[in-house]
Amino acid sequence: MKRRTGALRTLFAGAALLASLGFYAWASPAPCESDLSAQERQSVRAFAAMAMVLTHPRCLNCHIHGDAPLHGDEGKPHKELNIKRGPDGRGTPAMRCTNCHQSENATALHAPPGAPNWQLPPPSMRMAWQGLNTGDLCRTLKDPAKNGNMTLAQLYRHLDEHPLVLWAWNPGPGRSIPPLSHEQFMSRVREWIDTGAACAQ
Amino acid sequence: METTQFTVNGKSVEFQIDPQTPLLWALREQLGLTGTKFGCGMALCGACTVHVDGDAVRSCVMPLKAVAGKQVRTIEGLSSDRSHPVQRAWILEQVPQCGYCQSGQIMAAVVLLRANPHPSDEDINDAMTGNLCRCGTYQRISRAIHRAAKLSAGEAGKP
Repeated sequence: MKRRTGALRTLFAGAALLASLGFYAWASPAPCESDLSAQERQSVRAFAAMAMVLTHPRCLNCHIHGDAPLHGDEGKPHKELNIKRGPDGRGTPAMRCTNCHQSENATALHAPPGAPNWQLPPPSMRMAWQGLNTGDLCRTLKDPAKNGNMTLAQLYRHLDEHPLVLWAWNPGPGRSIPPLSHEQFMSRVREWIDTGAACAQ
Repeated sequence: METTQFTVNGKSVEFQIDPQTPLLWALREQLGLTGTKFGCGMALCGACTVHVDGDAVRSCVMPLKAVAGKQVRTIEGLSSDRSHPVQRAWILEQVPQCGYCQSGQIMAAVVLLRANPHPSDEDINDAMTGNLCRCGTYQRISRAIHRAAKLSAGEAGKP
């Protein structure tokens, strides 16, 4: 009887160990990140939270690879008017972004949203992250060759102050806002930078 | 009520109306410049296109306060006698059918030709794509823009 109880105990302990290992594998970053330090893991986790905002349609609709911006929560191509990025990111002659997008939101539902100097990134610096996984998005965001020649300090300021970034939290009627508040987002940006701006593999 | 001052077709104007009022209402209702049309009211059709500091903006969604201190030009200010090359080209090509969208089309075409004096068909499509015409006069609009380009360059009639 004693031997049977011992065997059962061993069995339960083994199962618990396997379960906890399974949970660890599920809850941790990708296996190749197991080599990261605790600080780097914290940084990767902070960026994962940032990515929820950066991949929200309010951000993603303009950070695109092609020349036609997207719009709406569905990310539909802005092709009903054949809108194009143009040579400076501000549209084509007589179809400049600011012809319709004023410096503040129009109040009517489905009327154009607005913020000062509405534009796409220019074609020479597309700052595109459409379709990137979290690790590649992270590397793109901190690469000056792809982020508009910004240092991390400048990137922080851009995300904290730029009117087009701030617009994401005040997008006008009929448009959703990112899943974190701007304050929460900036606190994760601060954490990501302060812990070394590490990226997932 | 706040006063908003700007210039329309070279004349200084002042309004003491809600600064959120769309520019289009001030032009049509206050100044009687009815050449600029109301189409959709949401910047989607281009019928209300006027120039603000040289850009072709949709006056139906531009609040008065955004125009303060700026230069506005409407179709009435393009020329006093329809002699602007784009107006002449429009008449020569007999572009309008019902005519409702045409002042917006002309104002957009003027901006295009200033930025690009010799536009290709693709340039024209890119620039004029936001100005809708329910009569479907697009081919004539395109021909008129090419013709206006030649008129402006003094090339009309050359082989």
